Amino acid sequence: MNIDKRLVRKDSLEKLFDILKQNSKKIYAPFLKNGKTTFRDAESFAGISTGHIQTSESSKDIAFPRAEKILDYSKSKEGLSVKGIDLKNLPGVILWGVRPCDAVGIGELSSIFNWDYKDEIYNNRLSQVTVFGFSCNKSDEYCFCTSVGGNPGNTAGSDILFTCMGEDGDYLAEILTEKGMTVVSIAPDLFEKSETDEKEKFLAVVPVRFNHKEISEKLDKFFESKEWIDQSLRCLGCGACAYVCPTCACFDIQDEAHGKSGSRIRCWDSCGFSHFTLHTSGHNPRDVQSARWRQRIMHKFSYMPERLSVYGCTGCGRCSRACPVDMNILENLISIQEVTL
Amino acid sequence: MMDNLYMPYPMRIERITYEAPGVKTFMLKFVNEADQDKFSYRAGQFGEYSVYGVGESTFCIASTPTRKGYIECTFRQTGKVTNALSGCEEGSIIGFRGPYGNVFPIDEWKGKSLLFIAGGIALPPMRCVIWNALDLRENFKDVTIIYGARTVKDLVYKDELKDWELRKDVKLVTTVDPGGESPDWSGEIGFVPTIVEKIAPSSKDTIAIVCGPPVMIKYTFPVLAKLGFADENIYTTLENRMKCGFGKCGRCNVGKLYVCKDGPVFSLAQLKELPDEY
Amino acid sequence: MVDLIKRAKELIETSAVKVVIGYEQGTGNKTRALFVEKAEDAGKLIFDSRCVQNLAVYITKKEIKEKGKMAIAATLPVMRSIIQLASEFQVNDNNLLVLGITAESKLIEFANLVEVETFVHQYQIEIDVRNKEMLDKLGKMTQAERWKFWIDELAPCFKCYACRAACPMCYCHRCTVDFNQPQWIPVPSHELGNLEWHIMRAIHLTGRCIDCDACYNACPLSIPINLLTKKMLEDAKEHFGGYQPSLKGDHLMSTYKPDDKENFIH
Repeated sequence: MNIDKRLVRKDSLEKLFDILKQNSKKIYAPFLKNGKTTFRDAESFAGISTGHIQTSESSKDIAFPRAEKILDYSKSKEGLSVKGIDLKNLPGVILWGVRPCDAVGIGELSSIFNWDYKDEIYNNRLSQVTVFGFSCNKSDEYCFCTSVGGNPGNTAGSDILFTCMGEDGDYLAEILTEKGMTVVSIAPDLFEKSETDEKEKFLAVVPVRFNHKEISEKLDKFFESKEWIDQSLRCLGCGACAYVCPTCACFDIQDEAHGKSGSRIRCWDSCGFSHFTLHTSGHNPRDVQSARWRQRIMHKFSYMPERLSVYGCTGCGRCSRACPVDMNILENLISIQEVTL
Repeated sequence: MMDNLYMPYPMRIERITYEAPGVKTFMLKFVNEADQDKFSYRAGQFGEYSVYGVGESTFCIASTPTRKGYIECTFRQTGKVTNALSGCEEGSIIGFRGPYGNVFPIDEWKGKSLLFIAGGIALPPMRCVIWNALDLRENFKDVTIIYGARTVKDLVYKDELKDWELRKDVKLVTTVDPGGESPDWSGEIGFVPTIVEKIAPSSKDTIAIVCGPPVMIKYTFPVLAKLGFADENIYTTLENRMKCGFGKCGRCNVGKLYVCKDGPVFSLAQLKELPDEY
Repeated sequence: MVDLIKRAKELIETSAVKVVIGYEQGTGNKTRALFVEKAEDAGKLIFDSRCVQNLAVYITKKEIKEKGKMAIAATLPVMRSIIQLASEFQVNDNNLLVLGITAESKLIEFANLVEVETFVHQYQIEIDVRNKEMLDKLGKMTQAERWKFWIDELAPCFKCYACRAACPMCYCHRCTVDFNQPQWIPVPSHELGNLEWHIMRAIHLTGRCIDCDACYNACPLSIPINLLTKKMLEDAKEHFGGYQPSLKGDHLMSTYKPDDKENFIH
């Protein structure tokens, strides 16, 4: 199938931004703050980061917020009234500047939220989002997208994928979906026709570091290995890896009351926390960190591929970068591949 | 209005039964008749019961689907939500999400004998399938119920135990732990696994359904094995920490299965394939 | 660090300790914790200016403790944490041997925690210049400006609790946030949930924090939460004359004296 290719001049990006803003789109883009690049509501083009390899956190907030109301209630003498959340009038959002590993993660996250039961809260939010992916011109030692079936110019998950062609160059824009076409129709002059075949040579080179099929198969027999204990000795059981990950979806549901009314809130949680599986009786099926570390790897590389036919990892490397004690998932996976059973 | 997976049905507490110290049964009816008409469930399934402003808690549906118009749940006051539920009165409105989970394969058990073994607060998850079987009594050969609790006071469904005892088509054996008997106690005295061994029910053409605290389960399975029960013919229902009930929040993921979707009913054969994380 | 490697090897070979906690080379230019249980792994131990992670966080971790007696390569901040933990009965001479590393990267082996304390008491806890300037800047703001500063800074926080996990003083098996009867601190990371978490943590650390910056270094979003704990250090100095971790001293916030100043009660 032929992809619709366009040329977007480097000065046109700011013009595109302004036009989209005029069309009342919210734009989430990466900005540098305190030395870390994170997604913010962008009021203007100035300051949007392009030189970073990866943002500290993923963009999953856009469809799966860290804290969101899922219903409101109020008690009065007429009785109890419970209302769902109206997500019909959400403004359109442009997710500007996600890397291909994040864009692919949107698909993986969507599999969880649509497995059997369809989570319409998530789906509604996602339907308002247009994804502007930006290919990677460089990578670092934490990246391993190519080991999990991805690549630095992967189009999966993006509505438009921009590839910068050379330092300070113009952009190849691949229009991949109808949502992408809608954006082009808002600013047609900025998207010139292009027949270029040159994309590969501007992409980062990310060597394949492990064979993910081999690892998934090996994990089936790996449950009792002592390797989990050795790998997780320095893990402190925080939630940093789960929270920055584009495909981690574990959540908690909390009620918050303010007098006679309140709401039910869904918020992020992590299987790495010691109390994640704690029963009220005091019994904890995973009461040592090695069991929790094992759950993280097994879930992403064994259980999810088996049940949902998608990988639970996009190779973005954020977890390793964010980890306060340098738990490097790439290193751990290579080590699993190398261990003889 | 879009379908909100998290929106509970409003339920009125029709009747509260005090079962044992800290243990209550709620009979719940749908506030909206339209919800009642559309609702159906099967024995083994569970729900998430809400007290708005406090939270949700997971209990099995303890009533049988053969009796329409209401559902029941039995719970022990242990934590934040069960404490709040315990404070509700008849007539209060609470929330219910469900039914979730898989079912006891009661259709496959037609023509067989049924052996129910339960301990303490674990009788409620089995009550649904016991009454389901008794309402379809002609489908099964022998029905034996072995139920024990720590003390006489801790036995739940005391009135129903009397019903089952009087029925000629049910063999009921009740027991309390040594030291838990009252002066007028006429049942057995001993831990449930010990009593199962003593009664030695036949394993021929029999399905065993077992539910109880981890320590009881641990000692009951070997007894059943000794009596000749195959792993595929022993069933249990797992209690895990759950939140969403439909396989998304991740809490009840054990191995490749989710207790809320692939369970909570499992055969022993299935359980043995799972990692010991439940 | 040849001395350290040699000593670690000896300690393991003679079974004087079951595990030596130190640093090794990590990914890229990072360093990370190393747990030496076999003598041949001692060669991986390193020490240089990049080794700032506060290793004392591991001496209360059950998977490490249950291995048996521990030895730990300890810089000054780590030593301070160890003394504070000892004063809170979390560690003692029976289960811990301290291999001190001076500012000149020399190895000192302490015979017991009293010797560690003597060493630690030679140095005052001083807030570094850059953060002192930031605290002064905050001090000169109006209350409204300061409130806005913190609301903005804490907005990206998603309550991963890396700060808690990395802090040696946050060893509570059941943290205040883990209680739900009542739910003292809201769980979701909205504005109130974030504020209450960080404020509560700063207050729980007052008189105990030894200013190692582990919380800030651990934060995946580089939120300057260490400014809160540093401010508490400043306040402690102003109102109580400061504090030092001490094996037998009074704990600042949990000791009442009849002549305590009460002029802050309005």
